[in-house]
Amino acid sequence: MIKIGFYPGCSLTGSSREYAESVIALCEAFNIELKQIPDWNCCGATAAHNLDKELSLALPARILALAEQNGMTEIVVPCAACYNRLSVTEHTLNADEQLRARISEIIEMPYEGTVKILNVIQMLQKYVVNELANKIVAPFDHKVACYYGCLLVRPHEILQFDRVEDPQTIDEMLKLVGAQPVDWAFKTECCGAGFSVSQPDIVGKLSGKIVKDAVDRGAEAMVVACPMCHANLDMRRPAINSYLKTTIDIPVLYVTQVLGLALGISREKLGLQRHFVPVKF
Amino acid sequence: MNNHLHHEERGLAADVKQTTSVAAEKCYQCGKCSAGCPVASEMDLPPSLVMRMLQTNRPENDEKLLRSKTIWLCLSCEMCISRCPMSIDIPKVMDFLRRRSRDEGKVTDRAKDIVAFHDSFLLSVEKTGKLYELGLIAAYKMKTLHLMQDVTVAPEMIQKGKLHFIPEMVKNRKNIAQIFKKTIKAKN
Amino acid sequence: MSRIGVFVCHCGENISATVDVEKVAQAAAGFDDVVHSVDYKYMCSDPGQTLIKQAIKEHNLTGVVVAACSPRMHEPTFRKACAEAGLNGYMCEMTNLREHCSWVHDRTEETTEKAIDLVRMLVEKVKNNKPLEPILVPITKTALVIGGGIAGIQTSLDIANCGHKVILVEKEPSIGGHMSQLSETFPTLDCSQCILTPRMVEVAQHPNIELITYAELDSLEGYIGNFKAKIRKKAKSVDHSVCTGCGDCWGKCPSKKIPSEFNAGLGSRTAIYVPFPQAVPNKPVIDKSNCNYYQKGKCKICEKFCKPGAIRFDQEDEIVEAEVGAVVVTTGFDVVKPEFFPEYGYGKYKDVITGLQFERLASASGPTLGEIRRPSDEKVPEKVVFIACAGSRDPAKGINYCSKICCMYTAKHAMLYQHKVHTGKSFVFYMDIRAAGKNYDEFVRRAIEEDKVNYIRGRVSTVYEKDGKLIVKGADTLMNGEPIEIEADMVVLASAGISNPGSEELAQKLHVSYDRYKFFAEAHPKLKPVETNTAGIFLAGACQAPKDIPETVGMASGAASKVAALFSQPELKREPLIAVVNRQMPPVFSSCVGCFLCETACPYNAIGREEIKDRNGNVIKTLARVNEGLCQGCGTCVAFCRTKSIDIQGFSNEQMYSEVMALLND
Repeated sequence: MIKIGFYPGCSLTGSSREYAESVIALCEAFNIELKQIPDWNCCGATAAHNLDKELSLALPARILALAEQNGMTEIVVPCAACYNRLSVTEHTLNADEQLRARISEIIEMPYEGTVKILNVIQMLQKYVVNELANKIVAPFDHKVACYYGCLLVRPHEILQFDRVEDPQTIDEMLKLVGAQPVDWAFKTECCGAGFSVSQPDIVGKLSGKIVKDAVDRGAEAMVVACPMCHANLDMRRPAINSYLKTTIDIPVLYVTQVLGLALGISREKLGLQRHFVPVKF
Repeated sequence: MNNHLHHEERGLAADVKQTTSVAAEKCYQCGKCSAGCPVASEMDLPPSLVMRMLQTNRPENDEKLLRSKTIWLCLSCEMCISRCPMSIDIPKVMDFLRRRSRDEGKVTDRAKDIVAFHDSFLLSVEKTGKLYELGLIAAYKMKTLHLMQDVTVAPEMIQKGKLHFIPEMVKNRKNIAQIFKKTIKAKN
Repeated sequence: MSRIGVFVCHCGENISATVDVEKVAQAAAGFDDVVHSVDYKYMCSDPGQTLIKQAIKEHNLTGVVVAACSPRMHEPTFRKACAEAGLNGYMCEMTNLREHCSWVHDRTEETTEKAIDLVRMLVEKVKNNKPLEPILVPITKTALVIGGGIAGIQTSLDIANCGHKVILVEKEPSIGGHMSQLSETFPTLDCSQCILTPRMVEVAQHPNIELITYAELDSLEGYIGNFKAKIRKKAKSVDHSVCTGCGDCWGKCPSKKIPSEFNAGLGSRTAIYVPFPQAVPNKPVIDKSNCNYYQKGKCKICEKFCKPGAIRFDQEDEIVEAEVGAVVVTTGFDVVKPEFFPEYGYGKYKDVITGLQFERLASASGPTLGEIRRPSDEKVPEKVVFIACAGSRDPAKGINYCSKICCMYTAKHAMLYQHKVHTGKSFVFYMDIRAAGKNYDEFVRRAIEEDKVNYIRGRVSTVYEKDGKLIVKGADTLMNGEPIEIEADMVVLASAGISNPGSEELAQKLHVSYDRYKFFAEAHPKLKPVETNTAGIFLAGACQAPKDIPETVGMASGAASKVAALFSQPELKREPLIAVVNRQMPPVFSSCVGCFLCETACPYNAIGREEIKDRNGNVIKTLARVNEGLCQGCGTCVAFCRTKSIDIQGFSNEQMYSEVMALLND
C-alpha cells in the first residue's frame, strides 16, 4: 500500500466531485491510499491573488504547513488551480526567507517548505503508469483532444512540468490506454478560468474557440485535469454553443475518468453521470 | 557624489518596480503579449499598451491604468510572460495594479461584476475556510443583482450532486479569521 | 649613477590649464639624480623632440621621463627620439599627466601635487630600467585559412595575390559556404552564385592556394610567424586524383533520400555526392553515415559504375602537418534549430521554414528551380507571412543580440516573393527595421512602396496549422496592440544567426577568446576588429558576429592585409616587454625550482621547459622557459611564481617597487 497526502481543494468536494471520485477510484485500483490533509482550507484561488498578495500566499501556506505537521512529504493536488497556487507559494517562500517568516507568523504555524507537490499527472506517472498496461480491460479507443489549460504548465520556471508549448504528457498517458490524441492548437490556451460566473460571455468565447478546434480536428472527447477548465467546457456549454451559433456535444472527461473507464471501473464510481454534456462511451 | 546623474524615480512605474521587481523600461514594445493574450480583444488597453503607459510615467496615464477594465480582465493565464522575449512578468504587474486600484478606490464600474465575484469568493473562504459554492453564488447575486443568471444551471447542479446545501467548514476557523485579519483586512 | 632628464608637456592647454606644469618641472629638477627638467608646449612636436635629443647629448642622460599624454599615444614617438640621440629607447618612460590627471581633476594645488608624484614615480622607475632590444622572430610566409565561405575565399585570394602561400581548409566537400546557398543578394538583387562561383574557381586554380576540402583543423601549436597546424583530412572514399567528376556514381547510388545540406533540408542527395552542381572541387565524397556499404556492409554500386576506378572504401582519415605563419578564422555562422520556436511550430509544420530555406526555394538552383512552392504540397502559396526577429533580440531564449542581416534579407524575401507570385500577398511582422547601409533603407522602402509588402509592427505570438492554413496570431502595435490573425499558406522565420557548432572547440584549439554566444572575439571592438587576442591569428566574417556579404568581404580583405603586412617583413620585431626566467651562475642556474605553476597559469601557452645538462648530457635541472614568440607580457606567471624567478622586462618587480616606494617615501 502506497500512502500519499491528498489535497482535494474545494471544487473537488462540490461542483467537480466526480474528479475526486475518479481520482480515488483509480488510486484504489492501484492500491494507493490518499490521506487527506486534516482541516485543510481553500487555497484562495484567483480571488486571493487578485486582491491581496499576502493572503494569496498565506492560504496555501497553511495547507502546506498542515501537511508538514502531519508528517506528509508528498501530496497530490488534482485541481490544476490549487496545484498552481500551492506550487507558486512553495517556490516564492522557499526563495525568500523573510517572506516565509512573515507568512509563518500570519498562519501561526511553522512552514519549512519540505512537502513535494504533485499534480495528478505526475502522481500517475510516478505510481500508476508502469502497471497500467496489465490492468486494461476496455481500451479507450477514441480520438481525444488533451487540454492542458494554463495552470498545469505555466509559469514553467516554477512548475517545471512538461513543456510550455505543445505539452505531451497527457497525450502519451492516454495512448497507453488505447486513445488516439489529436494534434491540435489550443492545448494551452486559456478557457476563461475564474470568469465562469462573472463573465460568462468571455468564457463562452474563449472556451468556444477551444471546443471548436477540438471538434474540427476530429476529437470525440476532450480530456482535462482541471475542474475550472471542466466547468467552463462542460457546464458552460450553452454559452459556448451560443457563441459558436451551433450545438456541439463533445463530452469533457477528466484524465482519471478516461483511465478508469479503460480499467473497467463503473461509470457511477467515476461520476460520469454528473457531467452536463452526456458521456456516451 | 554625482547625484544629478540619477534622476529620482517616482510614479506608478516606480511603485511597480519596487513591489514586483518588474522594470517597465525593459519592454521594447514588440507586442507579442497583446498578440497572444486570449482577452486582448476585450481589453480597453492591451497588455503591451499597459507597459507603454507605465513607461511614459505620466500621471494621467497612471490614472487611466488604475481605472482600466484591462487590469480586471487579465486572467493570469501567463501566456504573455511565457512568450515574452524579455521575460517581463505582466501578470504580476496586473496583480499590483488591481490591488492599487482597489486601495485607491479606482475600480472601474465596468469591472464591478468581476470584483464582486472575487469578494464573494473570499467572503465564503473567510467565513468557512473553504469555498461554499452555493453561498458564493448567493452572495454574488446579492452584490450584482444578477438574480436571474444561471437559474437553470443551479438546480441541475444540485440534481447532479454538485452543490452542497450545508457548507463544509474548516474546524480552526479562528486561524482562518486571523489570516484574513492580518492580510487583506489589515489594509482595507 | 643615473642622470635623468624630465620633460613636462603642456599638451597645448590640455594639461597646462589644470596642472601647473612649470611647478612640476621645477619640482622634478629637485629630485635625486634628475640633472635636467623642462616644460614645453608640445613635446611631441619636432621642436619638442629636438629638445629631448639635445638634452640627452648635452647632459649625457641615462634615462628620460616624458610627462605628457598616454603612452598608448606617444611612447613609440619618444622612444624613437631617444634612440636617435643614442639612448636605448627602453630607457625612456612616459607618465600620463593628461588622462590620469588634468582631464579628470579640477585645477587645484592637489592636482599639481598629483602630477609631481606621478613624475616622481617614473623617475624612480626609470633609474631601474635596463636597455632592451626588440625580439626578432622568423616568419613562415604561408597563411592557414579555416573555412571556405565567402570570407575564407576572399581572404585567401587577397593573400595569395600578394604572392604568399595559402592553405584553405574547408570542412564540407565544397567551398562556397552560405553564400552559395543564397538566391539573390540585397540591395542589388544580383545572383549570389553568379558572383561567387568565379571566385570559387579562382581559388581552385590559384597557384598560391592549396585547397583542402572535407578537412578540419586538428590542432595548432606555436606562435605568430611560426605555427604548426595539424589538419585532419576526412576520408572522402574517393581518390580525387583519379576521379573525373563524371557523376556516374551519384547517379547510381541507391541511398537517395538523405536531406541535402545545401538545400537546407528541402531537397535530398545521395550518399556519394557533390553538394551542388557548381561545387569546387566538383568531385564527390562518400558520406559514410548514410552509405549502405559502410552501414550494412553491402552495396558498392558506385565502385561498380566508376569507370576510372576512383572509389576507395578503405581510405582512412589522414592527418597532414603544415607550417604556417598566420591563421585566419573564417568559419561563418549557423541559424537556430527547430526546437527554438515551439510557439511557431517550426519542425512541426512543413510550411514553416527558415530564411535560409526560403533562399533555396527562391534560388534557380534550388529544389523548385526558383519557383516559390511550399514544401508540404508544392502549391504556390498565396499568402506568406515573414516573421522578423525569430530568435534574435530574445533574451528569454538566450539570444540578446540583433542578428543584423534579417531586416534586409526579409525585405528581399518578401520582394522576391512578390516578383515571382504576382497575385500573392506578403506580410512582414517586424519590431524595428534596421537598414543601415548604402542603399539599404531605400531597398526596404521599395519593398513596401513598390512591391506592396505589408509591414506590420509587432511580434507574432504563435503559429498553428488548421485546414491546410497556418494561422498566424500577431498584433499591430501601431494600432494600440490590436490583435491580428492571418491565415497564411507559408511562414518564413528570419531565424537568428548563431555561432557554428564546434566554434567553441576551435577557439580553444586556437587559444583565442570567444564571447558568451561562442562567436570569436576580436582583439579590440573598434581598433582591432580583425585581430584576435593571440598574435598571428585573425578573424573575418560571420564567425565574429552575424554580418552581411559586403561587410564580410571588407573584413576578409582587412584580415588579408594584416597577414600580408606581417609577411612583408623579413623578420618579426616584437616588443621585448615579456616575461623572462632569471638565470644565475652554476650550480644554481636559476632560482626556478621547476614547479611549473606558471605553465598552468599562462593563458598563451608560452611557458616551455628547458633542461640544464652536464657535460655528459645528464639532466641536472629542468627550468621554466618563456617562449619569446608566444609571451604577451601579461604577467600572470609573475604573480604565480612562488620563488619570484620570473619577471617582466620593462615592468620588473624592482621597477614596480621603486615606483611605489617613491610615492610612500614622499
